[in-house]
Amino acid sequence: MYPTPIEKTSYPVRTAYKIFLPISLLIWLLPLIAIFMTSIRGAGDINAGNYWGWPTSFDLIENYTAVFVNTPMLDYLFNSFKVAIPTVIGAVFLSCMTGFALAIYRFKGGLILFFIFIAGNFVPFQILMVPVRDFSVSLGVYNTTLGLTLFHIAFQTGFCTLFMRNFIKALPFELIEAARAEGVSEIKIFWYVVIPLIRPAIAALSVLIFTFIWNDYFWAIVLTQGAESQPVTAGLYSLNGQFSSAWHLVSAGSIIAALPPVLMFFAMQKHFIAGLTLGAVK
Amino acid sequence: MIASGRLSQRTLAPWIFLLPGIFMFFIYVIAPIFQSINVSFYSWDGLGEKVWVGFGNYIELFGDEAFYVSLKNNVLWLLFFMLAVPAGLFIAIFLNQTVWGIRLYKSLFFFPFVISQVVVGLVFVWFYNPDFGLMNIILGWFGIDPIAVLADERYVTYGIIAAGLWPQTAYCMILYLTGLNAVDGEMIEAARLDNAKGLRMLWYVILPQLKPATFIAIVVTVVGSLRSFDMISIMTDGGPWGSSRVLAFYMYEQSFSEYGFRMGYGASIAVILFLIMMVYITGFLYKMYRDERGR
Repeated sequence: MYPTPIEKTSYPVRTAYKIFLPISLLIWLLPLIAIFMTSIRGAGDINAGNYWGWPTSFDLIENYTAVFVNTPMLDYLFNSFKVAIPTVIGAVFLSCMTGFALAIYRFKGGLILFFIFIAGNFVPFQILMVPVRDFSVSLGVYNTTLGLTLFHIAFQTGFCTLFMRNFIKALPFELIEAARAEGVSEIKIFWYVVIPLIRPAIAALSVLIFTFIWNDYFWAIVLTQGAESQPVTAGLYSLNGQFSSAWHLVSAGSIIAALPPVLMFFAMQKHFIAGLTLGAVK
Repeated sequence: MIASGRLSQRTLAPWIFLLPGIFMFFIYVIAPIFQSINVSFYSWDGLGEKVWVGFGNYIELFGDEAFYVSLKNNVLWLLFFMLAVPAGLFIAIFLNQTVWGIRLYKSLFFFPFVISQVVVGLVFVWFYNPDFGLMNIILGWFGIDPIAVLADERYVTYGIIAAGLWPQTAYCMILYLTGLNAVDGEMIEAARLDNAKGLRMLWYVILPQLKPATFIAIVVTVVGSLRSFDMISIMTDGGPWGSSRVLAFYMYEQSFSEYGFRMGYGASIAVILFLIMMVYITGFLYKMYRDERGR
């Protein structure tokens, strides 16, 4: 193990490490702690410039309620779910199939196709922006959560295909050959042999894609406008403009917007990290 | 008969599985690239007739001072964003212990990456605020006058990059933590017997084994730096006086903003950005190709 395990070091080093660990975490998360502390202050403190002193009142419930009552926050959150969940289902579904096809079959153009999926995944968003917007307008889905979802499904298919293909490629191929020898059709091999084996990959991709899509801002502002279709990232930007100096409400809104992916992360940590670090180890 | 039926099923099957994915990816990703390249040769306000201008947009671009400011900022982003890689490694080494509660520490250190860039941006706008921002309060303890980082042309880009480094470092950290987990213990013991310690050990024994993690950390950091749009839009909207723009932001601004819809000109900026990215994409694919053949 690298570095030397702390149990094997001298007593002062060990103690210093144990003291410094929580302090370093505190420093690392300081900006977040600050925003949280602000979100529970009363308006009086904000107006009086008391940002860092002891709060004169704790308005946690008032502030968070105010965000929901005075702003379309609930709509924004709902829109985010309406985009993120179908995108997860769509992109994972499509990429199970593409990943399966690219991993199991050897055919002409397979590798090139795989490379196109990978390359597309790295493309700067801006080169897609104008055509995707025009296409959404012509389909009649501009400024709807459906329009945003369709784009996300298509774009995320690139990354998901890369992920799934490599995962399926690492499965023991003998299983598929054995099934073929039994006369099982290809579609049944996909459904009854491969899908159960790639459940961990499906779980990892689902949490990752959910987080990516929840946090997307660029496409949200390109393809939607207004509370009836905007997800929470874009909504937060408009709220920031409206509130101007009501920092306690802006920070409460930020915390609310950050919460779903954070909860998701803590609930599904193992899968999340497995997904992110696929390929970090040979 | 049966055998040939099997065989044709096997040649047909991949295409049936691929079809829906290819269809979606083609209409939303591949085709738009070519459409954008095409639009970049026109002058177009997004509504009226397109007027063919040939390389006109590109010629204008090369005389446009704002383009160079954006390009320079892109280079700064690329360079300084790379700090996330060594910083992530440093924190990973710091946290790669087995003391009580370390799992929770690791998750909490990773935390900034899970949060939307919009929120990270807002958090740092707050942090940099010259009147009450935490940074200036701390600077004040050392007798330094408040610096309005985001309102000062000299510092603004660095300020936004620093904010962006926060989640990116967390990302690199998690990659390295996973890598460190898989480091060969016997090699370390052998190196210890040879008296390798600290930095020498890191350089000659550990880092070579962390190569896959380093590769991915660099790839995601390059991609992240070229996608710096969100932070800039939230924190400064490109200001002050356009000094924190990058190509991605300038493109958006030209295409839909109060300056009018200049889709053709915007597209030409996007094409330049795409070409820069293509260098990396090609390198990445080349490496993938070598790995595939090596299997």
